[in-house]
Amino acid sequence: MSAGTPPLSGPPKPQARALNCPKCGAAITLHSFGQAVTVVCASCHSILDAKDPNLAILQRFEAATRDVKPLIPLGTRGKLRGTDYELIGFQRRSTQVDGITYYWHEYVLFNPYKGIRYLSEYNGHWNDISICKTLPIADGGGANYLGETYKHFQSADADTDFVLGEFPWQVRVGEKAAVTDYVHPPRVLSGEKLDKEVTWSIGEYMYGREIWESFKLPGDPPAPIGVYENQPSPVTLNVTGMWVAFAAFAVFLLVLMAVFDMRAKKEPVLQETYQYNRAESKAETSFVTDVFELTGHTSTVEVKTFAPVSNHWIYLNYALINQDSGQAWDFGREVSYYSGYDSDGSWTEGKQHDSVVIPSVPPGHYYLRIEPEADPSLPNIPYTVEVIHDVPVFGIYGIAFLALLVPVVIISFRAYTFERSRWSESDHPPMELSSSSGDDE
Amino acid sequence: MSQPVANCPNCGAKIVFRWSSSVQTVCEYCKSILVRTDVDLKKVGQVADLPPDSSPIQISTEGKYGNKAFVVVGRILYGYDQGGWNEWHVMMNDGTSAWLSDAQSEYALSLSSKAVNLPAAAQVHVGQQFTWNNQSYTVSVITPAHYRGVEGELPFQYWDKTDVTFVDLRTESRNFATLDYSDPEPALYLGEFVEFDELNLKNLRSFEGW
Repeated sequence: MSAGTPPLSGPPKPQARALNCPKCGAAITLHSFGQAVTVVCASCHSILDAKDPNLAILQRFEAATRDVKPLIPLGTRGKLRGTDYELIGFQRRSTQVDGITYYWHEYVLFNPYKGIRYLSEYNGHWNDISICKTLPIADGGGANYLGETYKHFQSADADTDFVLGEFPWQVRVGEKAAVTDYVHPPRVLSGEKLDKEVTWSIGEYMYGREIWESFKLPGDPPAPIGVYENQPSPVTLNVTGMWVAFAAFAVFLLVLMAVFDMRAKKEPVLQETYQYNRAESKAETSFVTDVFELTGHTSTVEVKTFAPVSNHWIYLNYALINQDSGQAWDFGREVSYYSGYDSDGSWTEGKQHDSVVIPSVPPGHYYLRIEPEADPSLPNIPYTVEVIHDVPVFGIYGIAFLALLVPVVIISFRAYTFERSRWSESDHPPMELSSSSGDDE
Repeated sequence: MSQPVANCPNCGAKIVFRWSSSVQTVCEYCKSILVRTDVDLKKVGQVADLPPDSSPIQISTEGKYGNKAFVVVGRILYGYDQGGWNEWHVMMNDGTSAWLSDAQSEYALSLSSKAVNLPAAAQVHVGQQFTWNNQSYTVSVITPAHYRGVEGELPFQYWDKTDVTFVDLRTESRNFATLDYSDPEPALYLGEFVEFDELNLKNLRSFEGW
């Protein structure tokens, strides 16, 4: 080293400090190298002044809550978002809403370079919390922090009722702070007002298993109960965006339908009216039509039937036969129409028109073989058969439309019910919560 | 670049200035507070043993702020009812100086700023707003602090202080301001909060067990 290098007389390497509780004599170790402001004796629950070499007693609290055990033991080290942290403090806090006391837990984490960080846990829901370095802009309804909008979720008084370990602030049992939470899942912005000073913190939702992995804890984390204020929705898709995409797809389908409709030839190749006569059709019931030609590419053939039936039926056994190859398509169609009058008024059933589409018919020369049957009470009736080549088929579009609509509706419903569960715990519960009846979905 | 060298008028040890504009330094050996005059160094005081602190920064820690490299050359220690903090005097590689503060691992970098009509300490209250350099600042906390010592090189004479009031002002961005009432004339510092990782610090202190 060159001349002028300062001698190695700098302050000694900071070490954890071992002390004794002035009240009960139990061993107390300060792990945070002087960052602790208060430290709690685990044996006698004295809150001590960590800045005082003699650890002056600041407060004692009755530990009727001896069964309060941190889920992560004090002194545990873990890696959180790439940084090693040691758990140095734990407190249980509570709030009262409508006479019910709700408890949650806060953990103080320490790294000598990065400083203090917090974890909170409520009903198996975790948050990774740090103090805001910039001031949020808040009003009653919401807040803005780093350009993001947060919705007001809840305002409540938070009590501290059990403390353990080291705290970088003047912790006291029984102290009440006014806490206001604003959410923008997965983040939560909290303003904690004590006396006149508001401390803002920003939290990000974490799953129990992430905490268990970070701190290498044995067993399984407690399963989360319900939906937490800033828990990310399982519906990661943007529901509005999804509907916009769906609408765009529907428009695309309509355009496609219009294009196919325009491009379809819809060419009439046969139109003939026949007479059904019971007396004449006793012997030979079937007959064939004139031959018609289907030109162009393989396409659809529509067979339309019209019969002026009224409280009757007529049934036609059809066969579309390719004269060149002998290939046949057999199908039967019924035309029936009934009407009447009863106590509910007039009614009708069926139609005088029928239509069927045969897909993928190759070009060639064709004829229809027709075998009519009719209502026994019907002596004779005319019927018209019409054959149209190359008609557009829209059923497939309907299926595509439904195939997309169903998941979109299901996802929207899931997103809606999740958000409803979230907000039902807030100061702004969704309406018609108690009166809804269709909840067993 | 040759560094100005002198000898401690108290113990004769070699005194090296890392920053040519330093006005004051502390002898590493005898802890004399030395002030530069036109011709030599004058002892003006003596630093008692510094209280133990938990800052990971030390004299000669190096880092980066934006595209400038810096080295820590001195510090002032303060205490208040929630603990203590350091104002590290850093020398930028463009020859300017700045302050890097660490209060319970919350890091901030600030520069001395000239402003007229600064309010007297008694006139300031929490929530009050001020505008400097077109930026609005809100008083967030008024801290009664006390001077606890100095180390290394400083850009001004600073010793023999007792109670000092600091006014912290925050903004809706990372920018902040501090009003320093160490001297009869208030001083303004404008700066921004920085993340530990952004500073790319080297030559840090080590901690037992970490």
